[in-house]
Parts: sequence; C-alpha cells; structure tokens
Amino acid sequence: MEEWEESGPEVVKRFMYVNRRAPYGTIYALECLEVVLIAAAFDQDVSVVFLDDGVCQLKKNQDTTAIGMKNFSRTYGALDDYDVEKIYVEKESLEARGLTADDLVIPVEVIAADDLRDVMAQQDVVISS
Amino acid sequence: MAYECNGATIEADEEGYILDISLWNTDLAGLIAEAENIEMGDDHWEVVNFLRNYYDEYQIAPAVRVLTKAVKRSLGPEKGNSKYLYELFPYGPAKQACKIAGLPKPTGCI
Amino acid sequence: MNSMLHLINKSPFERTALDSCLRVAKAGSSILLIEDGVYAALKNAAHAIKISTRMEDFSFYVLGPDVAARGLGDTPLIEGITVVDYEGFVDLVAEHEVTQSWL
Repeated sequence: MEEWEESGPEVVKRFMYVNRRAPYGTIYALECLEVVLIAAAFDQDVSVVFLDDGVCQLKKNQDTTAIGMKNFSRTYGALDDYDVEKIYVEKESLEARGLTADDLVIPVEVIAADDLRDVMAQQDVVISS
Repeated sequence: MAYECNGATIEADEEGYILDISLWNTDLAGLIAEAENIEMGDDHWEVVNFLRNYYDEYQIAPAVRVLTKAVKRSLGPEKGNSKYLYELFPYGPAKQACKIAGLPKPTGCI
Repeated sequence: MNSMLHLINKSPFERTALDSCLRVAKAGSSILLIEDGVYAALKNAAHAIKISTRMEDFSFYVLGPDVAARGLGDTPLIEGITVVDYEGFVDLVAEHEVTQSWL
C-alpha cells in the first residue's frame, strides 16, 4: 500500500469533513479525525470544518490523565504534515461557547456561517459526524 | 502473536505490532527487527527514535509520506526521501519502523 | 439526607437533558455535570444563564477530571458550581437517597 501512495492518486476529489461533536463523550470526534488522516494520506483535497460542539475538540490544554483516555487533541497538530491546510471553525459556534481562536490548539480560519455555506457548496463529498 | 523478551511475554497483533506501547524497550525493538530481518544500525535507530518522538508529540504513527516529510524537516533532505528510508526498511519505512518502535500501524495505512 | 442527585452527561448545546432536568427537578436537589455535560458549566457561554439563574434552587457540581480532559481547567466556570473529583462523585451518590441519570 505504501508503494501505491508514492505514485499518487488518479482522481482527486474535494472532501469536506464536518465535525459537530465534543471529544471524549462519544467516539465521533476521534473516528472522524482518523478518517481525515486516512483521506489525506491518499492525496485527496481535504478540508475540515469544526461546527457546534465540534469546536470543543480543538480546545487547548486538554488533560485526559484522570479519565484514562488518549488525548487526541495533540494529533490535530499533525494535520499540517498531512497537508490538511484548510481548517475552518465556525465563528458562531465558537462565540456561543465563549471561546476565541486563541483558545484553540492549532491555527484555524474562523469563518462565519454566511461564508461557510459557500465553501461547503464547492465540495464533491461532505461527511458530517 | 507475542514476543518473548527478557523473560516477559509482550503481546502483539497478528502483524506483529505490540498491543501495549508502554511495554516497549530497546531489547524488544531488537527482537522485532530480527523478526523483520532488519539488522539495526545507527541510521535505523535514528528513524525509530524519530518515530517515537513524533508519536509522543502527536499521538499518531505517521503515514509514509508524512514520515518522509517530517524526517526531511528534522534530519535534512538526504534522509527525508523515500530511497533512503526504503533502503533502511525495505518493506515500508512507516510500517516496519513503526513496528520496531512499538507504535501502532501508521494512520493512513490500510 | 438530600432527596435526589441528578447526573447530566450530555452537552447542553445538542441535547435537552439539562433543560428538562432544570424544569422537572425539585428545588433542593443536586445536579452533577459529567462527561459532555461539563460544557454547561462554561461561564462565558451563551447558555450560562440557564444555570446561573437557578443557583438558589439547586446545588451544582461538575466533575473535575472531565473538565480537565476537555481543556476547561483554565476556562472560567459559572461561580457557585463546585468542582468534585471521583471520590466526591461517590460521596454525592452516597449522600443522596436517589440518583437519576438523564441519558
């Protein structure tokens, strides 16, 4: 499979992953992150959106020691290595939770719903979780 | 499957990736490398240690393309290329080196 | 012995568990926020008023390990909510006659 990756894909589609769930309480956030990394490893055009409670996935200073789960917030830092550079956080969701871009583990593009809908409309595949 | 290392039994999955990353040590790495027909030299250890640091920071084992890119960034272009890494780990630098480093199968490798 | 301990483990943004609990629970009850329920304790969030206006009716608690896991250890929580650890969780269960989980 690694040899195949070297040769590059035949078709590149625009994949958008929409994260709407908080981390840890359910498995959705972690599963979606894994799917994003897999899609990106296959040289697809990947963008990631954090919406609703999904913005909580990116909150800084997560410490999961006491709950005995893997702190996967650190993995978002590897998105750049996977060439996932289009990372959007919906402004309205952030504000509703009293958070700002400074509270997040990675640099993101904070985007209002009005603009997000245009970005969403340009995708070939949109997967929400 | 499992590895017998210094009197301890270390459980691994059917492909040889150990199940509990905290049980890793350099002796075990040597054993896994042996099973992969790899004789560990300084260059191999450099990549294995690089992967362990990467996992420590990002909590994932990177796919081969990502590993190559990250190695290039840290260790320079003469090491951050497929040829160099495949020479060290002929069956796939990410897969084999991750296994030896005690990490899970790389994310993005199906 | 207090009457009832209510456990909320769902985010107030996506589920109605907290709203229903606040509407139905008898004054004097205790409410413990756990798992994704801890987001209800965010002081600067839009919904903070749901809890801050009911401080006289209920005793509010939030589970510290779940707060820390979600990176909220450094984030202002609504004043008057008591942070408890797992032992405190057990104590609360023991101190109340009935525990209700709002799943």
